[in-house]
Amino acid sequence: MSNLSLIVVLLMLLAMGYQFGTRRSRNVATVNPNLRMHSRPHHYGMMVGLWAVLPAFMLLLLWLWLSPAVINAMLVSALPADIASQSAEQLRVVLQRINNLASNFGVVADAEQWELNAAEQLNQLKANSAIVLTALIAVIAAVGMLLSLQKITPLLKARHQVEKVVKALLVLCSAVAILTTIGIVLSMVGETMKFFSYISPTDFFFGTTWNPRFSTVGVGEQGSFGLVPLLSGTMLISAIAMLVAIPLGLMVAVYLAEYAPYRLRNIAKPVIEVLAGIPTIVYGFFALVTVGPFLRDLGNAVGLSINATSALTAGVVMGIMIIPFISSLSDDIITQVPKSMRDGSLGLGATKSETVLKVVLPAALPGIVGAVLLAASRAIGETMIVVLAAGNSPALTANPFEAVSTVTVTIVNQLTGDNDFSSPQSLVAFALGLTLFVITLLLNVMALVIVRKYREQYE
Amino acid sequence: MTNTVPVKISAKDVKVFYGENEALHGISMDVYQNEVISFIGPSGCGKSTFLRCMNRMNDTIEHCRVTGSITLDGRDIHEPALDVVQLRAQVGMVFQKPNPFPKSIYENIAYGPRLHGLAERKADLDDIVESSLRRAGLWNEVKDRLDQPGTGLSGGQQQRLCIARSIAVSPEVILMDEPCSALDPIATSIIEELIDELKQNFTIVIVTHNMQQAARVSDRTAFFHLGNLIEIGNTNDVFTNPQQKRTEDYITGRYG
Repeated sequence: MSNLSLIVVLLMLLAMGYQFGTRRSRNVATVNPNLRMHSRPHHYGMMVGLWAVLPAFMLLLLWLWLSPAVINAMLVSALPADIASQSAEQLRVVLQRINNLASNFGVVADAEQWELNAAEQLNQLKANSAIVLTALIAVIAAVGMLLSLQKITPLLKARHQVEKVVKALLVLCSAVAILTTIGIVLSMVGETMKFFSYISPTDFFFGTTWNPRFSTVGVGEQGSFGLVPLLSGTMLISAIAMLVAIPLGLMVAVYLAEYAPYRLRNIAKPVIEVLAGIPTIVYGFFALVTVGPFLRDLGNAVGLSINATSALTAGVVMGIMIIPFISSLSDDIITQVPKSMRDGSLGLGATKSETVLKVVLPAALPGIVGAVLLAASRAIGETMIVVLAAGNSPALTANPFEAVSTVTVTIVNQLTGDNDFSSPQSLVAFALGLTLFVITLLLNVMALVIVRKYREQYE
Repeated sequence: MTNTVPVKISAKDVKVFYGENEALHGISMDVYQNEVISFIGPSGCGKSTFLRCMNRMNDTIEHCRVTGSITLDGRDIHEPALDVVQLRAQVGMVFQKPNPFPKSIYENIAYGPRLHGLAERKADLDDIVESSLRRAGLWNEVKDRLDQPGTGLSGGQQQRLCIARSIAVSPEVILMDEPCSALDPIATSIIEELIDELKQNFTIVIVTHNMQQAARVSDRTAFFHLGNLIEIGNTNDVFTNPQQKRTEDYITGRYG
């Protein structure tokens, strides 16, 4: 039986086990009218279903994980001696050929007789494996179901068993998320270490020139991998974005939280949040096609030379993108400031704006700072707007009217196109990614700490 | 109370509506200068609502409407020419739960005077802060830590800080909305003594659930029930010889 149909059968077994278990527990209850059942019937049903399916499912997983290696080993041991003694790399090629033959995928050049034999043997082994697996699963599922049905007594704590399984499932799910993060970090660290075996960390972190060259040109020349111009570009654009987003976002938040009528707030808030849902690539070409030329013409009108693709263009558009992060979070935080604070201030004869400015905003400040930091880490990691609108020129400049490049854009450039993943030109992307990750991680941690501190104040 | 004592606040047929719902059904009463008057009554009887009419704090509640007239020193507090900011400076308020601002003790007191421009120089402001804290009986406890946050004080100290905060803008009337309900007995008795001293200079209206407290601190007592003013009179008379059956039932603990 194929693995997919095995899984379907297991699901059916789960349903059957549930039915049997529920019925059996009801029978037990009627036979022992004086004893109170420990759990509800559906708990017994769930327990029986899980006992029928879980062990069998684990066997299935184990089998899928281990059987290819076992089958390969058996194949290799049956190959002619001169071929079996080849290096691991060559054996891999041989096995691939045999696999292709077995699945009728076809191979280059005529197949030799021993290859055909091996392919035949492979198909045989696979068929046997499937039969053995099906039989084993059937036995385990049947044993699990019967044994657990036998165990149903008024004293059996079925609910506890079921809840343990549910808890394990929840732990497993969160483990997937956490392990993925750890895996990403580890893989980045590994590649970064390889990069630093070519380029010294000092040259990377403190170098002021970014000129990686192509890996194919002049193997002797290394190119220069200075982080500083990229980081300064990132910081420049993020700073412009924050300059746009903080005042706008805060004023939106104050208006929504303090002044807007209830019904307007209920409409305006989600509408503003839509800004956060627009794909950043769309912001990118909005910047490229509309904002950039507009800023350039504006510059011409007042006698400034502004590039259409510049740090300013990217920063302004990015600022608009992160307005909802600031306004929405700050709005929540301002609304959380207790009404008694406002009453106290109004009761002393303060006007509404005095109350907002002198009492509500200071009280909400830590939370607002947290919101701003979250928005900032979002800005630093932003890619698509900058790819399109910042001009991609990795020069060290503090002039916002000129084209710059950022860490994220450079990662894109280094990893797209034809490249060799063991050259420093590609590996540098991992070092850049790790740097970016550490920066945004620090910002996030700071934001979370500040927000948590704020929460403690009122609860 | 004799007629020689001037009337400070006079309410005529005050009704309050929350949306369609009428919460107060026409309250009329006078509050005399430099007296302590307490409002008692079961929860939801409208006593806090009426208190909040006196400095128009109900304005801050959406869908809340007040009809009838309330005068302060003979002047209608709802007349358009009257600035609600000025009114609230004249009629201060202390709330049920101590609500110091998350600022230093000094800043908590200085907040009101700064708003109203009561102090030209830093020294004047220092004087106001000190005298307000002294009158609230808090000065000796906090004089060495004026720069510490007001939220770090104990509940009773916080409430006295809020009283000092409202004194600092030199009001004529202080409204207190169950000022001791969140405090322990010791802090409560300190505040009650304070109320006794404050009545030299201020008119005090206090809402309370604690009938012993009403009996201890107030000159007159008003009993509210279901949005109506049932009885008002000298505290002694109300507690020893109530004119209304409902008042008697309430103060003897038969309901409420």
